[in-house]
Amino acid sequence: MSAGRGITTARAMGIETEFGVLHADLADRAATTAGSAIALSHLVVGAYALLDPAEGERGRRVRWDYGDESPLRDARGFEIQRAAAHPTQLTDETHDAHLPSVDLDQPLLGPETPPEGDDATVLAWATRRSIGNAVLRNGARWYVDHAHPEYSAPEVMRAREAVVVDRAGELIAQRAMAILEAAEGVPAVALYKNNTDGKGASYGTHENYLVDRDVPFEDLVAALLPFFASRPVLVGAGRVGLGTRGQEPGFQLSSRADFLEAEVGLETTLNRPLVNTRDEPHADARRFRRLHVIVGDANLLEESTFLKLGTTSLLLGALEVAHRRGEGLLGDLALVDPVAAARTLSHDPSLRATVPLRDGRALTAVQIQREVLAAIRPLADTDDEETARVLDSWAELLDLLEDDPMRAADRVEWVAKLHLLQRYRDRHGLGWDDPRLQAIDLQFSDLRPGHGLFGKLRASGAVPALVEAGEVEAAVTTPPASTRAHLRGRLIAAHGPAVPAAGWDTITLAGPTTGHRLRLADPTLGSAAWCAAHGVDPAAELDTLVEALGRAVDQDGPAPDTSRPAPGVQEDTP
Amino acid sequence: MSQQSLNAPGGEEPEQTGPETTTGGQTFASAQGAGDILDEIDEVLESNAETFVRSFVQKGGE
Repeated sequence: MSAGRGITTARAMGIETEFGVLHADLADRAATTAGSAIALSHLVVGAYALLDPAEGERGRRVRWDYGDESPLRDARGFEIQRAAAHPTQLTDETHDAHLPSVDLDQPLLGPETPPEGDDATVLAWATRRSIGNAVLRNGARWYVDHAHPEYSAPEVMRAREAVVVDRAGELIAQRAMAILEAAEGVPAVALYKNNTDGKGASYGTHENYLVDRDVPFEDLVAALLPFFASRPVLVGAGRVGLGTRGQEPGFQLSSRADFLEAEVGLETTLNRPLVNTRDEPHADARRFRRLHVIVGDANLLEESTFLKLGTTSLLLGALEVAHRRGEGLLGDLALVDPVAAARTLSHDPSLRATVPLRDGRALTAVQIQREVLAAIRPLADTDDEETARVLDSWAELLDLLEDDPMRAADRVEWVAKLHLLQRYRDRHGLGWDDPRLQAIDLQFSDLRPGHGLFGKLRASGAVPALVEAGEVEAAVTTPPASTRAHLRGRLIAAHGPAVPAAGWDTITLAGPTTGHRLRLADPTLGSAAWCAAHGVDPAAELDTLVEALGRAVDQDGPAPDTSRPAPGVQEDTP
Repeated sequence: MSQQSLNAPGGEEPEQTGPETTTGGQTFASAQGAGDILDEIDEVLESNAETFVRSFVQKGGE
């Protein structure tokens, strides 16, 4: 960051989405057994990864590389390592730190050779081998997590990019469903981009942000608690029913508030915290902390995703600046009981509810958000287009919401959903306990074209798009240019068979006679700009490519530890 | 990264060039869009809402 410019939304970040998964056929659902959600998830993952021609040779995929357990220690942040193993051994499981670590799906005896045959045959083979992981050409990880198909979108540096790759995940889900629908002998599947079945189960949409390691975690927690407790007013997806099982009729702003039980903690499946402490940076751990955010809702409305990432990134940037200056950021903005406050605020679509602060004040969600915004704005670089857009939309929406929430029906997801539900209630005279309203809530997030109600809202023009449809379509098979996802995705597209495995910070290349493992300990290494500046063409012949990558290591040299920029202000420029 | 202009609400009326909005001159009219959609909901809402809701059972994740 050049002095005096201020913070921007730029930061390494990403979204992971677990989809709700069901038999499309209602009769099949009745016969659902404990394992069937897992089996359906494998079909979904296998269908797109192994059978969609967009991902290359039928039956082949790039495996997920879980990487080393220990933090990366290379100060340069970039390393290319000659693998000691013969490439034919690269598919064998090993834990030797000097060898490529490969897929942990299951121990493998040799290369995967998909069978000849129809889609059902390939999928049956994939299920037998528990193939539940793939790295896609757009740089995403596409896998089975617990009993859900999950799309971990490729890392990006901007909120708008996050919207594009998040929407691309919806298209990938749709392609998987279409393949299963068309295949003989396999069940059709319906996928939902939501976070709860309304019966006590919740599954996550997580955000990840890299944050300057120097900022004390307590500082992050102190600021994030009031921010997260009130954030659903701006970016909540809305939910019919109160309580984890929807035991009380009604509507609330957040689909996650009732599942959050602690302020801070490591858990994500039990006793879920507002601030999660999982910290695998998938990057140089001395410089970066990973903030793993589990409070958020799965968003369908593009502006909601945009603001969710944009506002959170700006808050983190402001905290980094405040720490460097030795100042506080949010003053006395501390809630007496953040967990209770999150629920109180979520349960009040009128937005009049207040929650107590430790200094004796009582504030609404909009007022808390205004305080955060007011603290950030003076620190921001408003010449930066995206930063200005986030700040302006944030302020504009808070005004609309405070005046009359319904004025934001085309721009705030929970309001869009509530608006629809209210009109439907009025038309049919329904109470909040009517199952049709729960059905609308669920079907709102159905990703099947023709079924999903949000899709219909979008098609009708009732909610404006923020990104072009063509961009989203392109992002299904093209990685974002701003991060290492570029190199990962481009290498897979150009050299798929020579890439046995890839992870967030590793890529293995298996040449004809030798193997190499790349480590990319900074998410901006391997970006399109970085590749261009270092003469790395991911589509070049493998030998040429490895040479160019080797030269790039020498050029980069050891990272200057003292003058390193903070992650939030790092621009992806050569 | 490349700085692409944001096609978002709040500024000038966004140009909608996608194939979905080809009906000449019809731009975002949220109330109208949502009004039309009520008929569609009646059409697409899973026929037996109660059975559908009961059948929507997920395992916890994350």
